[in-house]
Amino acid sequence: MFIEEADAKGLIAAGGVPTPPSGIAATPAAAEAVSAEIGGPVMVKAQVPAGKRGKGGGIIAAETPEATREAAEQILGMQLGEHLVERVLIEGKADIAQELYVAFLVDPATAGPLLMISAEGGMDIEEVHAGKPEAVHRASIDIRYGMGAADALNAAARITDDPNVQASLAGVLVTLYGLFRSLDAQLVEINPLAVTTAGDVVALDCKLVVDDNALFRQEGLPEQRPTGTDLELRAAEQDFLLVELDGDVGVLANGAGLTMSTMDAVTALGGSPANFLEVGGMAYKRATPALELVLSNPKVKSLLVNLCGAYARTDVIAEGLIAGWKELAPDLPVSFCIHGTGEERAQQLVRDELGVECHDLMDDAILEAIANAAGATA
Amino acid sequence: MSDLLDSTSLFGATPLRTLVQGITGGEGSYWTEQMLAYGTNVVAGCTPGKGGQRIHGVPVYSAVTDAINANAIDLSVIFVPARFAKGAAIEAIEAGVPNVIVLAEFVPVHDTMEILAAARANAARIIGPNCPGVVFPGRDFAGIMPGWSERLFAPGRIGVVSRSGSLGALINLNLVSAGYGQSAMLGLGGDPIVGTTFAQALQMFDADPNTDTIVLLGEVGGPMEEEAAELIPSLSKPVVAFIAGKNAPEGKKMGHAGALVSGGKGTAASKMAALTAGGAHVADSPTEIIGILQNL
Repeated sequence: MFIEEADAKGLIAAGGVPTPPSGIAATPAAAEAVSAEIGGPVMVKAQVPAGKRGKGGGIIAAETPEATREAAEQILGMQLGEHLVERVLIEGKADIAQELYVAFLVDPATAGPLLMISAEGGMDIEEVHAGKPEAVHRASIDIRYGMGAADALNAAARITDDPNVQASLAGVLVTLYGLFRSLDAQLVEINPLAVTTAGDVVALDCKLVVDDNALFRQEGLPEQRPTGTDLELRAAEQDFLLVELDGDVGVLANGAGLTMSTMDAVTALGGSPANFLEVGGMAYKRATPALELVLSNPKVKSLLVNLCGAYARTDVIAEGLIAGWKELAPDLPVSFCIHGTGEERAQQLVRDELGVECHDLMDDAILEAIANAAGATA
Repeated sequence: MSDLLDSTSLFGATPLRTLVQGITGGEGSYWTEQMLAYGTNVVAGCTPGKGGQRIHGVPVYSAVTDAINANAIDLSVIFVPARFAKGAAIEAIEAGVPNVIVLAEFVPVHDTMEILAAARANAARIIGPNCPGVVFPGRDFAGIMPGWSERLFAPGRIGVVSRSGSLGALINLNLVSAGYGQSAMLGLGGDPIVGTTFAQALQMFDADPNTDTIVLLGEVGGPMEEEAAELIPSLSKPVVAFIAGKNAPEGKKMGHAGALVSGGKGTAASKMAALTAGGAHVADSPTEIIGILQNL
């Protein structure tokens, strides 16, 4: 789950990472009031669950409360990518001497935590790394021992020669690693981490992604706006992972790998999938609501059911689909390919209950589903 | 992590002495019965606080150390829910179990990092999390793949390694339909980090005298396929590869937590290019795999 900047900063500030004085506003008038309270120049920043806001015009500097109101008027209601801006963060502008980059992330290459730190913050770290890989210091951390003070000082010493800044930076690294662990973060990134003219270290931005699988033990997190299309959100409410696509062939398959491969095969054979939705794993007993979700997409002109059961029993999925089909009685052609665990009974059920013969080959079922969708559109 | 390759082999003629953690639960009990029927040598089960019972004739212990004191154990397969997987896996690792399969989906990634750190410290091999387990057709299976299905599995000489259970099932079905069989099917799991990588699986199959050809079934997200591609030139056996998710949109998790194209990275195109450059025979669709095998 992506945590919006204002909430992420609240979490790291509570954990002990210095952040500028700030406030949240949902209206220009409130923004002006927050700015007056902070005093002096501020930054006005769009709050959306995505990065690269500056490039979209979502971050504006303002010298006065009046200028803050005008900036908020520009930003509130703005569309940044797929997100509508509903609130802005207003924070005191720091006197920046240097901009650093710091991140802790889950590194798939070592299957452990990784610290990335650079003296060249403020820019896209991917670009810094591509142009000047030596400018980004990477240190793998043994999760059994964590980030010790010595490790943190060693990392800080690669970034700055100033002993006072080294000490402040090392303190931030130890604190931030503790937050990475306690928040079940996949990524916590501060870019820039500013060194002020007074020699303080302050987090001017924070990108925090918390592991969805750990939300059961992260109950204190501020609530985040759900992201996705209406259909995707409705699916998520029922614990299905649905990705809405632009095509007209509704796809129901079991398991992530088979569902992705089915989508790919539909595309390769000249069709266009309407969705990714898998009914595998523990979801295989819930085929009826899965079918309802796929069919509620008005773009769907033909349905493809491609099952290859291993853990998931295809006869149980077929029972659920047949029950849903009879209940919804959609005026839609459907093509089946069913193999694996429970296939004989599943194929028989589809034949007896829906009067449809399953294809033996996946590609034949896909070609029929594509032709049906094209026929419906023509 | 190549230091793990010396841990007790999963391969060989002898069925593995298998422990089932979570054996008293519904899934654990059901799959224990299926494994026993197929020939898996389930020597013990473990559920905290439930020692002393028998499940399908298998003695149940309250702690892994009790089980291992009573019977030598080659492999533990863990059926406990995601939030308890870390405790169960680390218990097995620290008790000295050399191979541990974590089946659960939705294990927090910080828990997985802790499991894998414990495994490295104790020279144990982890397979999973979020995986279907392993099948050695004609010998035994451990996990939630229907090893007994004659539609999916037949003894043979193709080594299959897949992140996904369902795609693995489809390819196994196609292989068996075309007259092939498998030396083993290893299901690595769909999470962003997993205990056994494609590179390690390739090395295991390359060293296995019963494997002639390796089929690698990857998917979008993460660096595992690219890492494996670098290893392929050093292998003595041909690798046929397929990558799922060519049409996966950026920034969307495709069912597996690990199947995520992010910042233009982890795309099917980059994985296919890396595998091709490494010398793998890369199939464009699942259907093509058989044709490639027939022309090797």
